[in-house]
Amino acid sequence: MDWLMQPDTTFEKLIVMVVAIALFALVMAVVLLVVDRPNLPRWVAAGGYLGPALLLIVLGLMVPAVMTVRNSLYNNNLSQFVGLDNYVTIFTQDLFLTVLRNTALWVVLVPVLSTALGLVYAVLVDRTRFEKFAKTLIFLPMAISMVGAGIIWKFVYEYKPSGVPQTGLLNQLLVLVGIEPQQFLLNAPINTFYLIIVMIWIQTGFAMTVLSAAIKAIPDETIEAAQVDGATGLRLFWQITVPSVRSAIIVVLTTIAMATLKAFDIVRTMTGGQFDTSIVALEFYTQTFTRQAQGIGAALAVLLFLLVMPIIVYNVRQMRISEGER
Amino acid sequence: MSETNPTAVHTETRQGGHGPTRKLTRAEQRAADAKTRLTSPAASVIAIVIAILWTVPTAGLLITSFRPAGEIRRTGWWTVFTNPEFSLANYEAVLSGSGDLVGPFINSIVITLPSVIIPIILALLAAYAFAWIDFKGRDWLFVAVFALQIVPIQVTLIPLLTQYVQFGLVGTYWTVWLSHTIFGLPLAIFLLHNFMREIPRSLIEAARVDGAGHVRVFFQVLMPLLVPAIASFGIFQFLWVWNDLLVGLTFASSDYRPITVMIAEMAGSRGQAWHVLSAGAFVSMLLPLIVFLSLQRFFVRGMLAGGVKG
Repeated sequence: MDWLMQPDTTFEKLIVMVVAIALFALVMAVVLLVVDRPNLPRWVAAGGYLGPALLLIVLGLMVPAVMTVRNSLYNNNLSQFVGLDNYVTIFTQDLFLTVLRNTALWVVLVPVLSTALGLVYAVLVDRTRFEKFAKTLIFLPMAISMVGAGIIWKFVYEYKPSGVPQTGLLNQLLVLVGIEPQQFLLNAPINTFYLIIVMIWIQTGFAMTVLSAAIKAIPDETIEAAQVDGATGLRLFWQITVPSVRSAIIVVLTTIAMATLKAFDIVRTMTGGQFDTSIVALEFYTQTFTRQAQGIGAALAVLLFLLVMPIIVYNVRQMRISEGER
Repeated sequence: MSETNPTAVHTETRQGGHGPTRKLTRAEQRAADAKTRLTSPAASVIAIVIAILWTVPTAGLLITSFRPAGEIRRTGWWTVFTNPEFSLANYEAVLSGSGDLVGPFINSIVITLPSVIIPIILALLAAYAFAWIDFKGRDWLFVAVFALQIVPIQVTLIPLLTQYVQFGLVGTYWTVWLSHTIFGLPLAIFLLHNFMREIPRSLIEAARVDGAGHVRVFFQVLMPLLVPAIASFGIFQFLWVWNDLLVGLTFASSDYRPITVMIAEMAGSRGQAWHVLSAGAFVSMLLPLIVFLSLQRFFVRGMLAGGVKG
């Protein structure tokens, strides 16, 4: 049965894949048949339907999360309890302070700029003849992996010394207007902004789609009433459109903020975290796997968790409110 | 853009071949639309500039992937407009030569299919229980699952890896499937539950009166109505798994690593080899772009139903 664990050829790999799916379907079918017999108490059925998913969530998410919190209080080979030392290190050493500063820049700039751009674009193309096509163009980066996006943009930022023909688009534009070509990804702290642009490029499509749906939900009467009062153009935008989609804007901002906090692919692909560009999500990976610093790595993961915590609380409260309205 | 220009509307009205009443209505409709819009020539220019900014980086790399390696090093991709020179050599290189991506591409497929199907089935059952079986503590449990949606994967990664090592599973497809299933479940349950709750209670009760058990209600009444919901989450999970880097990097051994991991390694070790990087990047994007463009409708629906994952 070795090939089930270590398939060698493409054929074996595909067989293993089919076996895995079939095995899983079989187990689930047995569970369902067992709990579906009449006259069993209701909790048996609930257990059969919910049990497998809950088991995985508890063993795969909750228990590991608790263990990571525990590990964050131990030293780097997890042999000795050190209290909050790892957190003190993160908040005092220069390396980590740079990481925290960069993370703050990411988590503020990406949501705000993507949402603003998405909103403006959604309004601009709303009800035009090219709406669908125009939206697809902006939306497309959402289908591209962050690794792919990193490569696309690294090529835009490509540098050749002055005098040689440039191959990077941005430097070519600089040369055209008579400016020396720049090493965009090497010079801190400005390089972080060039990386942030990539994430904005990805997330604007999401913001635009959600906000566009919200804009279409504004009742025509509201807009007509505002027009009777003489509101047009920018006034209509600020006084009617923006307040009407306020709750959608908040959803978009928080969602993008969370995605931004957890994303490490762009920085890893484009600079590897060098030149002072690292962020918490990447530093977690570097510390844990490259530096074998388990304690610090765990503390960085917990820090990520703490940063998304307010959003969890907010979301649960919002859900409770909307459940109440139902 | 001409549609913002009132004269264009009138021209179109005059050229239309239908009866006068209908033409007028349509023109009026258009005029009314135009008034509710904020568009002006300046606004159109801004929209076009944004659209170009968003498209050109991808187009540049796509064009590059079809240029000979020497040309890529010497001149910018925009020179193809004056001096067109194309070749498929880069794609040949990544599909057979040095930077072989065929194996990783297969790995991505083998990783993705079960990682999409298994959480969908598990989540369908769980969502059914949350929506249609009354039991104690249901609401409380659902809120907990909902909240777990945004737990960062990073928090669970190392303890999971330790467990896999202990079970002797480390590096195999099985750990990758299991991990993706676990990480996808909270969102899947939440999303499918949202869709499932919209199905009228009377439908399910009618089936129950006819003596149908849970299994029959589930497969005969609910499943046909849930196809769009399943498609929505399926696309999410597909894009998420296919484009994932962190899980593949951590759990898959080198023989089983997905294409994203391979491309990321290439970007690190051969960062200046743009001929293979560009072609490789597009090989990895091909499938998600096709799925995305053909099923965009479902993707948007899922997104608006709260299917959002970082």
